[in-house]
Formats: sequence, C-alpha cells, structure tokens
Amino acid sequence: MPTLPITLNRRPATLIEQARWLYRERAGSTAVVLVEHDGERRLTYGAFFEGAARFAGALAACGVQPGDLVVLVLQHGEMALAGFWGALLLGAVPSIFPFLSDKLDRARYFDSVRQLVAHSGVRLVIASPDLESALRERLAGIEPPVTVLNVDEVIGTHNGVSVQDYLNRHPAEADATAFLQHSSGSTGLQKGVMLSHRAVLNHVAAYSAAIRLAPDDVVASWLPLYHDMGLIAGFIMPILQGIPLVLMSPFHWVRDPKILLWAIHEHRATLCWLPNFAYNFLATRVRPAAIHGLDLSSLRAVINCSEPVYAESHRAFLEQYAYYGLRESALATCYAMAENTFAVTQSAPDAPPPLDVVDRRALMEDRLAVPVDDGLKPIVPTVTLVSCGAPIPNCQIQVVDEQRHALPERHIGEIALRSDSMLSGYYRRPDATAEVMADGWYYTGDMGYLAGGELYITGRKKDLIIVGGKNVYPQDIENLLNDIPGLHPGRAVAFGVFNETLGTEDIAIVAETDTDDLDARADIMREIRARVAQSTDVTARYVHLVEAKWLIKTSSGKVARRANRERFIEAVLNRLPEQR
Amino acid sequence: MAAPVVLSETEAVRDQLRDYIKTQMVKDPTYPLKDDEPLITGGLVDSFSLVELAVFIEDTFGARFDDPELTAENMNTVNQILSNIEAKL
Repeated sequence: MPTLPITLNRRPATLIEQARWLYRERAGSTAVVLVEHDGERRLTYGAFFEGAARFAGALAACGVQPGDLVVLVLQHGEMALAGFWGALLLGAVPSIFPFLSDKLDRARYFDSVRQLVAHSGVRLVIASPDLESALRERLAGIEPPVTVLNVDEVIGTHNGVSVQDYLNRHPAEADATAFLQHSSGSTGLQKGVMLSHRAVLNHVAAYSAAIRLAPDDVVASWLPLYHDMGLIAGFIMPILQGIPLVLMSPFHWVRDPKILLWAIHEHRATLCWLPNFAYNFLATRVRPAAIHGLDLSSLRAVINCSEPVYAESHRAFLEQYAYYGLRESALATCYAMAENTFAVTQSAPDAPPPLDVVDRRALMEDRLAVPVDDGLKPIVPTVTLVSCGAPIPNCQIQVVDEQRHALPERHIGEIALRSDSMLSGYYRRPDATAEVMADGWYYTGDMGYLAGGELYITGRKKDLIIVGGKNVYPQDIENLLNDIPGLHPGRAVAFGVFNETLGTEDIAIVAETDTDDLDARADIMREIRARVAQSTDVTARYVHLVEAKWLIKTSSGKVARRANRERFIEAVLNRLPEQR
Repeated sequence: MAAPVVLSETEAVRDQLRDYIKTQMVKDPTYPLKDDEPLITGGLVDSFSLVELAVFIEDTFGARFDDPELTAENMNTVNQILSNIEAKL
C-alpha cells in the first residue's frame, strides 16, 4: 500500500524540495485534470513542472530574484498554476489576484492592482494577453518599476531551461516566505498573509491527517485560487501529496454548475470543498435532466467551509443528491482562514458533523450556549448550530473574553488559535500584525464556543459580510457611496442579511437622501448598485433610501451598523410581500 | 366601457420578466426598471442570479438557455433577454 509523501512524521523542508521528489518519483502520474469549455486536459507531474520551469526561466530572464513578489493576474487555468509554481521554483513569492469579471469596472480593477503593486513593492505581474497593455499603462511610474509579463511570451519561450536545473537549486530556506494569500477582496484593507515553506508543509501534514487523506483520493474543485480554500485544499495540498486534482474555473462553474458533478462522476472524486451557498446552488440550480445517470457515490467527504454553515443547506443538498449516491456520512465541515494557511478545525471524516440545539435567548443575551432537552424543544425558542469539528493536529484553540482571558466551554467569545502553520505576519503591515497576534496566539475576530471538544461559530466580531464565499467589508462599500450626488456623505450603511434560499448573505444598503423626486431617487439607487458591482464584484441585493435622520447613530456620531440592520429587518425586510 | 386591453405576447412576457427581476432579484417591487438598463454591469443581477433567471425563463416561457449563453454581453438588459427568448420560441 503506497503512503502519502507528507505526513506528521515526514515533511520536506521546502515546497521546492517536494517538487523535486514529485518530478523524480511521479513524473508519469496525473497531477491535474483541467475541465475546460472544449473538454478535458490532463497534465502529468512531469508536464506540470516542465511548465513551471518555463515560467521560472521567463521570470529569471526578467530579473526576478528570490524573495521578490510576483502577482498573477490570470484566468484560472494551466497558466495560473504554472506561473505560481514557476515563481516558487525561483524562490520568488507568488500571489494570485482575483481576475477581472464581467461586472467589475476595468479602471477600478486596474487601480486595485496598482494599489497592491505600489504598496507591496511587487517586482513583476504575470498578465493574461488581453489585460497586458492596459496593466502596463496603469502600472507605469511606480517606483521601483514593475515588469508586466504576458503569458503568451512565456509559452513561446524555449530558453533551454531544464527542469532539473531549477529543481536542484536551493533558493529558499524553510522559514522563507513561500507565498502570500490576500486575506480579503477589500482594496483599502488588503493584507498579504505571509506563509513560510515550513508553515505550508506543516499544514499539509496536519490537515491531511485530519481528513485521513489517502493515496487513492481524488480532489475535485471549482474554487478560486486567490482564496485560501481554493489555493490550499484545491491546489497546493493535492499537488504536494501526489493526489490527482480535477480543476475547473469558478467562472465556468457558476454558469454551468453541473460540470462539478460530472467531474466527480467521471474521475471518481472522493473529496470536494464547497462554501455553504454552493450546497443551495447545486441543490436548486441543476436540472434533473442534466444529471441523468450521475453517480456521486465515490465522494467520501464534501467539506463545507469559509462561510457560516447551515444545517438546512446540508439537508437540501443531501435531499437532492442522495438519489445519485451521495452518502450522509460524506457531509463534513471545516473552519479555516488564510492566517493559519487554511484549516483550523475539521469534522470527523466518516460521520456528519454534530448539531447543537441551544436556547436562543441565552445565546443572544447571556452569550451562553445552553443545550435544550428534546422535551423542551417545542416550547423553547432554539437555534441549531452545526459543529465545525475539532482542532486539526498541532493546532490549539481557545475562546477568550474581551480581555483575552480564556473562557470555559459553552461560553461565547473570540476564537484564538496557536499552531505550527500560522502566518509569519502581514506583508509590510506590522501594525495590522500586532493587532491580531500576541504571545504566539492569533486572534481571529470570529465568535464562537467550544463544546465537547468541538468548535461552533456563532458570528463575527467585525462586521464582515460573506457573500457566496467572498469576504466583503461594509466600510469599503460605504466609502464608495460618499460622493454620490443626492446622498448625505457618511450617511449610508451596508450590512449583510441572511438569505435562506441561497444559503449565504445578501448585501443591504440603507442611505439617507433629501430628495422626493422619483426619477432622482431611481438614479441614486442605480448609481449605488453600479458602483458596488463595478468596484467589489458583488451585487447589493437591497438598496433602500430613507429620509434624513432615519439612520441610528452611536454616541460618538458614527452610523451604527448593527442597530440599523435590526431596524431595516424590522421596518423593511419583514414587510416585503411574501417571497416565492 | 373601455375595450379590454389585449397585451401582445411580447408585452406579456416582458411584464412577467420585469416583475420577476424586480421582486426576486432587486427585492423592490416599486423599482422603476428600464428595459435598456444594464442588469449585470449595473449591479442588479449577479452570476448566481443569472442562472436562476434562466431557470425561471425556461419554466415560465419554455425558452431554454444553454449555460454558455448566460453572459453579460448576451443578457445585460430586459430588451436583450426578451429578443433572445423570442428567437428561441
């Protein structure tokens, strides 16, 4: 029985060392199957690292040195994978930037790339051919200058680069930064999470143990690579462990969600990670006629991660796909963040995660998770929480109060963690690092409690909104609206409201205006929606205009998000006509 | 007594489509949706909702959109969607 190359007892020092091993031992095995519009393409480990070496050669020819930052502005696909590993082989530090979508405004998008490049001192940007000239223009004048490399120039190169040459170099030590993950889509607050080779490899070892990864596993993923779940679970871990990865682009999947199901069927995939909304999306948006004959019985774990987990979403997904062989025991959960490389907790791999039914009033008012006996359930208002599992190996969790003192079980507080796979810090942001790290602990900003060794998440300390797995900061949305004619500057508020049908949050915006003119009000609403879509790539579902002084302020004069959210739900949302 | 208003088939489809977008996507039944208003780049409809809209169109009007057709270039206004529906019926 073959074993995994990376285990808790056996870890290479760097990702490059592991690449060397894979190229030597697994050259003919499948590394990645790319599901594309015109069919599938299989890359062996040999071909994969040859592609990466071509990028390493092209980057070196541009003067990229070990430690330099390389940002990838590319569609999902072979080039993004090869470009990422090309930078790694050189000892440079790659980071994947979200790709331009239909919705985003080009000028604003390029501005956000420019901000990242200027702030972080990015040495080189690898760009897709259609964005190259616009990017080159937009990045001009930054000091030190940044190079823009068109992927087409790399593909055409036969610079006599040998893979062996790159694989035999030692450009990075274990504690050097392997890559950056950007912790949010927010431009103003963008923080690059620095992860060392050691942290990433420790994580791969620990998380593989938590999910009992085995050599015969197959991973299927549509997840974006600029996000920790996609990058680690849907790329880095399977590649390093020699596990075949069946990969599709998120743009492709969202238009045609059945491709994931057929990829699982076709390749007998055993593992798949999804954010909560995807359970609802797959349960309701795939036509039965399109999945006739589908077989999902190969799946041993479908892991719900990166958004709050809802029991109802699991139920809807299971109800739809049990007929196609999906097993209830395959439902799994995980709590994760880029700052710990990826996972913090994981539910047991062979059983659905436990549910905790607790008293709603005690949860809200006393910040206590008090279990409700079965007999009392019909009369006591309850909340059902889904466990996110227990800490993965070599990771400790504690729940703390506002003074950062540990709380007992079933007390709600901030979740703090300590592990051997944590960030080394935020890139060039010692201020932001100091805010969240102390005495070896990382303070997550998420709220929850521990019960029987399992972690339950109840909310967030910050007002972060998660829409379809994407993190959105309300202040970023509010800042976009300040100069809209007809709105009072600083008198707009954004927050999330849960959408049960979609299994994720909707963005709601409430803004004050003095105008009663219907056309003028419509124009204001149009401008709000357009700005949000073009700048953040998410859609504001509710845009509600109110008269001056409607919004509740805090004692310090700021708009109070939570109080206004409650008011909006009460006064507006609950009075909308019954939804289908 | 005024003669009953008979809506042409196109107008009936248009009304249902507009109504669906206003109540289900924009969540504002009073929203003054224009027929040439950009839905996707205007931030009214996102990619997930576009798939939902296609399911609604197929269920209600029997016009089937294949997934590659669901793009911003193809589906960005009520008018565009309407002419795509008509081409399929």
